[in-house]
Amino acid sequence: MAQPAPFVFFGCIELRELLGLRARDERELLEQLERAPLGSVYYHTHSVFLRHHQVTGAYPNDFANWVAFQVRDQVLGERLAVVDPFAFGSLEALREELVSVIDDHIATLHPVPRVVFGDPFFFVQSHVIEVPTGMEAQSLGEFRQCLAEVDASSIYFHALESRIRRGHPHGDFAEWIDRALGLSPLAEEIARINPYLGGLEEIRLRMLRLLDAVLGREAAAGGE
Amino acid sequence: MGNSVLGIDAYREVAPKGTIDFLLRLAERARGRRFLHVNSTRYGGGVAEILTRLVPIMGELGIKADWEVIEGDPEFFATTKAFHNALQGTEQVFTEAMLEHYLEVNRANAERLRPAGDLVLIHDPQPAAMIEARPPEGKWVWRCHIDLSTPQRRAWAFLRRHVLRYNAAVFSLPAFAQQLPLPQFLVYPSIDPLAEKNRRMTKGEIAKILANLQIPDDKPILLQVSRFDRFKDPIGVINAYRLVKRYHDVRLVLAGGGAADDPEGAQVLAEVREAAGRDPDVYVLDLPSNAHLQINALQRSATIVIQKSTREGFGLTVAEAMWKGKPVIGGATGGITVQILYGVTGYTVNSVEGCAYRIRHLLSNPALMRKMGEAGREHVRRNFLVTRHLRDYLSLLVHLTA
Repeated sequence: MAQPAPFVFFGCIELRELLGLRARDERELLEQLERAPLGSVYYHTHSVFLRHHQVTGAYPNDFANWVAFQVRDQVLGERLAVVDPFAFGSLEALREELVSVIDDHIATLHPVPRVVFGDPFFFVQSHVIEVPTGMEAQSLGEFRQCLAEVDASSIYFHALESRIRRGHPHGDFAEWIDRALGLSPLAEEIARINPYLGGLEEIRLRMLRLLDAVLGREAAAGGE
Repeated sequence: MGNSVLGIDAYREVAPKGTIDFLLRLAERARGRRFLHVNSTRYGGGVAEILTRLVPIMGELGIKADWEVIEGDPEFFATTKAFHNALQGTEQVFTEAMLEHYLEVNRANAERLRPAGDLVLIHDPQPAAMIEARPPEGKWVWRCHIDLSTPQRRAWAFLRRHVLRYNAAVFSLPAFAQQLPLPQFLVYPSIDPLAEKNRRMTKGEIAKILANLQIPDDKPILLQVSRFDRFKDPIGVINAYRLVKRYHDVRLVLAGGGAADDPEGAQVLAEVREAAGRDPDVYVLDLPSNAHLQINALQRSATIVIQKSTREGFGLTVAEAMWKGKPVIGGATGGITVQILYGVTGYTVNSVEGCAYRIRHLLSNPALMRKMGEAGREHVRRNFLVTRHLRDYLSLLVHLTA
């Protein structure tokens, strides 16, 4: 039987680009959000995890953070924070939901909340540059070992970036485990991991637990 | 400690785990490409300090990195100083002769240096007009280190004509940028953890420096390090100290420089001394610009570091203090807001009272101070060390010259 193609781990970094769009109140936020490229929606909702590997205190969503802490509108902050960016089929659908939440919130507010002492919201997008890590795995055991050690940006690249922007809806990890190793149930469980409230290290931990369970069963079966 | 002798491996023990190998692999993607930096000074100032370190390391990583410095007469540098002030919002007078001389000096430098590369990074306004002599090949990027948010219109209109000819621009904060029809990237500045100002120091070294500065270490020290400039609000810091002093027996150290060659600085220093009065627990130190080790020792001796600016550029003294494991209380302005994680590494404040409250809050919670200090050091390790700066410049090189 032919060896499966190895899993090659890539890390990544992002080069941030300023878009020249800014908002000082919640209506401007809505208007600019409608106008901004989808790459910017992605930057403010998904690549937050690349910049902050663990979610610490604040919301894992730049829009929610801005209205909560700069505009000091806790209600809209909470309503935006609960929007799970991974629950949408496309970035366009995510944008529509965010716009709808803001629109609904400001419809009855006069005047619209604005920044008084804080900073405006600056729309940014990023260019993700992939970097080989030098790690590759041929078997599930090797994969587990690499996953435990690899830079967190690699988890971002294979679990989030690949899913949202590189056309692999289940993520690279799940796809390889399914196709190369034929472990479909494990692949499905990995594809179901939602990073929204845990961040990259939580994805790593949960994957390691799933892998250990399978490897443990394999070892037990081998020992019988 | 020499600046140019340290190689990339020296940073393994200070950068986040895996960073150096990551940089080596990233650099592979740009190996052999020519990356030229041009600025206006080889020594002094944050840009020169960082280039002194970055350029040799880039060479070590296989990038053909070079650094050229433009030459000019006093008239030219007087004009560029006026540009610097005008672009940051201070009204200046520009005559046609000044502007023409600025262009003339740029032309002469372009002729002398013939700048070329796969990526040419022109730092700040002084050499910006060299773009007029760019060769057809290579990408040219204008790296703006200053706050362009509220420039004097005439100065910016003049400079903007040249900036428009670049392929891209780089700013230190989104708020510092201007509307431009070209890609604008965001690169935060950084500190060098191995430089004199930030390197490890022994307790003996620190004690000796404090003794030389005649500062006893028998009470908690509140410290602000900054030029004597009204935007740094040194008087506000003294007022905050006075509010704290009723409850905690502390010392305040205001350490700065720039008063010797800046008439306004001298005036502010005099005002600060007057405000300090005869309080034996307030120390106002006018240090020379090369007092890096003294600043390092002061930051390491401090209990809390303050940067209570009312207007600020990036304010890297915040990162310097956090690197030394100190909680920082800073004004909510400029780059201070991206460096301080509120409630995690310190606090941003908006008033003298807010500053005093947070000082008291921290002095009453030593465990919190320790925790914030540790969090601050890790935050700086990930985001504000020169290794992250190197990564961003390599990303720019890879992205623009792919």
